[in-house]
Amino acid sequence: MLKIEDLWVTINGKEILKGIDLHIPAGEAHVLFGKNGSGKSSLLMAIMGFSHYTLGQGKIIFRGQDITNLPTYERARLGLGLAFQRPPTIRGVRTRDILTACAGKRPYQDLVEQYGFAPFLDREINYGFSGGEIKRTELLQLMVQDPKMVLLDEPESGVDMENLQVVGEIIGRLLQKDRRRQHREKSGLIITHTGFILDYINADRAYILGEGRLCCQGNPRELLHDIKSYGYEECAKCRR
Amino acid sequence: MSEMKQRAEHVRKKKAAFGPDVNLAEYSRQGGAWEYDPDYRGFSPEERSRLLTTGIELTDEDHAGTFLQADKTIVHCRAQQPGVEVLPITEAVRRYDWVADHLWRLVAVDADKYTASTELDLDNGYFIRALPGARIEQPVESCLYLRTDGFAQHVHNLVVVEEGAELHLITGCATHPGVVSGLHIGVSEFYVRQGGRLTFTMVHNWGEQVHVRPRTGVLVEAGGHYISNYILLRPVKSVQMYPTVTLNGPGAVARMQSILIAHPGSELDVGGRVILNAPRTRAEIIARTITTGGTSTARGHLVGLVPEIKAHLECRGLILAPQGVIIAIPELEGRVAGVEMSHEAAVGKIAAEEVEYLMARGLDEDEAVSTIVRGFLKVKIEGLPPALEEEMERVIQETGKGL
Ligand SMILES: Nc1ncnc2c1ncn2[C@@H]1O[C@H](COP(=O)(O)OP(=O)(O)OP(=O)(O)O)[C@@H](O)[C@H]1O
Ligand SMILES: [Mg+2]
Repeated sequence: MLKIEDLWVTINGKEILKGIDLHIPAGEAHVLFGKNGSGKSSLLMAIMGFSHYTLGQGKIIFRGQDITNLPTYERARLGLGLAFQRPPTIRGVRTRDILTACAGKRPYQDLVEQYGFAPFLDREINYGFSGGEIKRTELLQLMVQDPKMVLLDEPESGVDMENLQVVGEIIGRLLQKDRRRQHREKSGLIITHTGFILDYINADRAYILGEGRLCCQGNPRELLHDIKSYGYEECAKCRR
Repeated sequence: MSEMKQRAEHVRKKKAAFGPDVNLAEYSRQGGAWEYDPDYRGFSPEERSRLLTTGIELTDEDHAGTFLQADKTIVHCRAQQPGVEVLPITEAVRRYDWVADHLWRLVAVDADKYTASTELDLDNGYFIRALPGARIEQPVESCLYLRTDGFAQHVHNLVVVEEGAELHLITGCATHPGVVSGLHIGVSEFYVRQGGRLTFTMVHNWGEQVHVRPRTGVLVEAGGHYISNYILLRPVKSVQMYPTVTLNGPGAVARMQSILIAHPGSELDVGGRVILNAPRTRAEIIARTITTGGTSTARGHLVGLVPEIKAHLECRGLILAPQGVIIAIPELEGRVAGVEMSHEAAVGKIAAEEVEYLMARGLDEDEAVSTIVRGFLKVKIEGLPPALEEEMERVIQETGKGL
């Protein structure tokens, strides 16, 4: 589904990513850990093709196509969807307008009802939304957009225990967790600090991002356990 | 010579406080010899579609009244419903003794050379009145039309909304599709009596070399409402206006909204002033300005003279082209304790982050920009004619292109 080869990214001249190699097959969900400021969000932004993130070298292949130089909207139309860690507020643009844009021609009213989102439809997108509301809106947009691959940037941070259940369920749906493994087509790359989300999605593989590289990889729960027990510094040393 | 004429005579050459100075001698006072047109047969399809962009539908249907002045001439004037009067101002002055007394009370005749020229050499203008208690549901449509190139139009308008009456006035001001240059001076004085309600929607669509100098004063009595919407989406040489509303009785309310686009070569200086002169009065001024290369000065001035008033001013500007300039000048003037006044002003370009957010949802760059522009311009204006809504949508699409 997604293949990244030796990706180098700078922001305003500062090197953030220094040679990322990553392969996420169709139907798999991978998890990305890493310290604050290690460049996790930057990696997702670079995959999405945002202008601030300057590619030094490397290649991004998505569904067999080299998307390294494609504009963001073409990547989105090919089936990449991103739930932002901190999405912007756009004054005057209603949540409804964005959902309509995400939907293309698909109806989305049922989803809105199902997740109790009707009260937000006429509000300006993200304006005055609480932290948890922002996260849920991001996921709802992805549900409506229905991408082949989701990039989720800390989808559960700031979400209360009750809503965590909902968020977990939505992510499960985005990743077709209701299907048997061999029948899943959708993939995901998920950033999390807490790992709460692992209770809902059973991720296939995890990485730690440190010093601009994926310095460690393995089973998500084991890695999380190691990080909790020994900290990122130790994890960075072992170089699995 | 009357006192008004004398005062005007003294300021024949007086420049306005704001805006570029216009040389009046460069414009003709001739105007076309247009005939009265009871069924609007004299309008070509091009003129019709042009006027439609200002919301002028050229029909008596669904309108409580209609008024159309081309250059100097009244070509159409009708009241269609009981409770509403529509007359040329020259006629109203003859018909009612009190009308003359209501002129130059809310706008000073010696404000500048534009007010002076209107007094000294008047063409005409509209007189529109809603009788006491009359709730006029359909809009009255008035149109001030420049049909001859190089003409300077001088109009003086009077609107009276009597006690407890309600009126929606849509004024479309436009030039003939073939007119490039011209000057429009429009003096307007609006009286909203106790408990009355006036919604005044003004839409401009001028030629690229046309200068426009509206001079407007509004008086609102106790419990009255004055709501104004001003929409300017197309190129013009210059517009300078600074309408002043005085809330003179307890509980009076004013809400003034403007939506402006400054195109390359356009110089806009558009303000709004509300004087809150009675307890429990409220005022809100909202300005949304976009520049695609022109200059726009957005002024706002709230004056709180008594306690227990509440007023807010919001001015937001979006710069869509490198040469574009927006100057926001909000002023709050509180003269006693117990006033509650605030303002919010922001000028900037479209944030790349917002465009990219929408692009990540699959919108291309033009679509993303026009979505943001549409959101920016979204202010609530009720009762706009559908053709005007379409025009706004068209302009927004064009504005979003190729930035
Ligand atoms: N526009 C920018 N200008 C300068 N530095 C930036 C910019 N954007 C990001 N950075 C820096 O790049 C580094 C990586 O940021 P990034 O947001 O990718 O981290 P992260 O791993 O997602 O952190 P967190 O866990 O806190 O979300 C940080 O040091 C950040 O300050
Ligand atoms: Mg981050």
